[in-house]
Amino acid sequence: MTRESRRAWLTFAVALGWFFLLLWPLTGIKADGSLTFDQTLAIFWRVAAAAAVLVVFWRLKRKGSFDGAGRGLATARAALARGISVVPAWIWWILLAAGALSYPLLTNRYGQDVAVTVLVYICLGLGLNVVVGLAGLLDLGYIAFYGVGAYTYALLSVNYGLSFWLCLPLAAALAAIAGCIIGYPTLRMRGDYLAIVTLGFGEIVRIILNNWMELTNGPKGIISIPPPSIYVPELEPTLHFVPFELRKITYAYYVILGLAVFTVVAVHRLNFSRIGRAWEAIREDETAAELMGVNTFLLKLLAYAMGAVFGGLAGAFYAARYRFVNPDPFTFIESAMVLAMVVLGGLGSIPGIILGALALIALPEVFRGFELYRMLAFGGAMTVMMLVRPAGLIPAKRMGQRSEERD
Amino acid sequence: MAEPILEMQGVTAHYGRIQALKGISLKVFPGEIVTIIGANGAGKSTTLMTICGIVRATAGEVRYRGEVISSQSPDVLPARGLIQVPEGRRIFPRLTVSENLDMGAFFRKDEDGIRRDRDLVFELFPVLKERRRQPGGTLSGGEQQMLAIGRAIMGRPTVLLLDEPSLGLAPLIVQQIFRIVKSISEENKTTIVLVEQNANLALNLASRGYVLETGSVVLEDDARALLENPDIRKAYLGE
Repeated sequence: MTRESRRAWLTFAVALGWFFLLLWPLTGIKADGSLTFDQTLAIFWRVAAAAAVLVVFWRLKRKGSFDGAGRGLATARAALARGISVVPAWIWWILLAAGALSYPLLTNRYGQDVAVTVLVYICLGLGLNVVVGLAGLLDLGYIAFYGVGAYTYALLSVNYGLSFWLCLPLAAALAAIAGCIIGYPTLRMRGDYLAIVTLGFGEIVRIILNNWMELTNGPKGIISIPPPSIYVPELEPTLHFVPFELRKITYAYYVILGLAVFTVVAVHRLNFSRIGRAWEAIREDETAAELMGVNTFLLKLLAYAMGAVFGGLAGAFYAARYRFVNPDPFTFIESAMVLAMVVLGGLGSIPGIILGALALIALPEVFRGFELYRMLAFGGAMTVMMLVRPAGLIPAKRMGQRSEERD
Repeated sequence: MAEPILEMQGVTAHYGRIQALKGISLKVFPGEIVTIIGANGAGKSTTLMTICGIVRATAGEVRYRGEVISSQSPDVLPARGLIQVPEGRRIFPRLTVSENLDMGAFFRKDEDGIRRDRDLVFELFPVLKERRRQPGGTLSGGEQQMLAIGRAIMGRPTVLLLDEPSLGLAPLIVQQIFRIVKSISEENKTTIVLVEQNANLALNLASRGYVLETGSVVLEDDARALLENPDIRKAYLGE
């Protein structure tokens, strides 16, 4: 046994011991106070055996036993890449669009429900990405803008009967204003301090929503919010347009799909703009950016406002979809969830964040079979992903082309 | 002599309650190279940061082209030709070399001029052209210093403030960088304020020099005279 493999097995043993210590209190301590080991051991041996197999495979790989297979795989992958590049990019875009558009026809209500949630979180993730990924400002209260957007639509539609489509830009604008109000005093701070203050502001928004009874109806929330509606032509008796409410989840899917596409395009364009580069410079070195003539305060405020816009849009959709809002969903844990998507997917990377949202919403659904332990499995999966891919699932590419493109 | 292009009059600056500058007065005339030498913590970098408005002057004033700039926002100064290469280079590590250079021209809108200046920088520092698609953080120390200077040139400085360009670099690279600084001064008539610990090199390049000690100017003279001054030779030239 070589030294290296001894070390590998030692790590394996330590990890298993640690896993047991974590697992036993969860499964071995019963509600009546009795202690058991059966269930813990049953799970433990299975995990240990699976992990041992993985370690053996890893050791073999390190020794080069799979080199032949690896070469074969590499040629196969190269061939696949060639095959993909033969087909022009626009065909892939059409296929993707067709897939996204026909998705509701191929799935049931549950599948559509999950897809809608994923798309909402894509909007939120990409919005937060502007703040955290591009400008490098850690925002732990981002969900407040989601709440502002949701309440904007809820209040304006219930009290004044404004349509969803009119409320969308209004929700975005109000969220941006909220972003400026929060950003103005906080953006003088840097790093950890900013994170703590944003955390506080996120809570303030939630507590206001909870306690301003006259305006928000407090914890009871606002009910019977109208869904988005469109006007459809009708020929009888003469040509006229009648309102048609987009009640079904299928319609909601198309609405949020449109919003998500808008968000992706907008964030992509921001990313590659002059402003996007200035944000990245601020993230890299704020003082140096200032020395280059960047008005750092204004640009940070703009990052905050732009990020809030997408949160506000998603919020308005949220209110229209559930046709009910109360302050409960706008807690810190949601901010943390969105932040986890951004970090897990890859800071600054649009495809990464889309995948991150997919992973963090879809994974708990996949683990539903585990019932009680699904959050444990979820946390474990997150830990492993951060260990294996610390820069995110799809790390952001360095966009060196930005200046080259112009040449 | 002509009017000074940059002037400090009794400027003080504080970090919290600690006074870093205790009334600095200096004059820089158009087209000359002025050096500020002094030991660690003498306030050399703070002086440059105060000129650029990053550190706020608590008293006194900074004048640039006859106008008081010590109350202005720091981000308007580069467009007026006052550009600093900060200590420790402070390039943007995860932006590419090209993007770093573009940031130097951030306030400019003339695409053609920017492209010409980028070519000029690549001519001055060919290694930057080779690495233009690489993240700035992957460059060596000397290359990063070149990038920092190139980035400043992209803003077409009238007055270039250089903070310790020799910091942590091999002697050969330092000489190369000083040669280029000299050529920038000669060819573009750029006024240069050079802060250095390497007093020998700095005084050989500059026409005049200021000596800083614990936040005050203790000596000001022609560079040649300072080089021959026995006190300076003892304190800063290691004799």
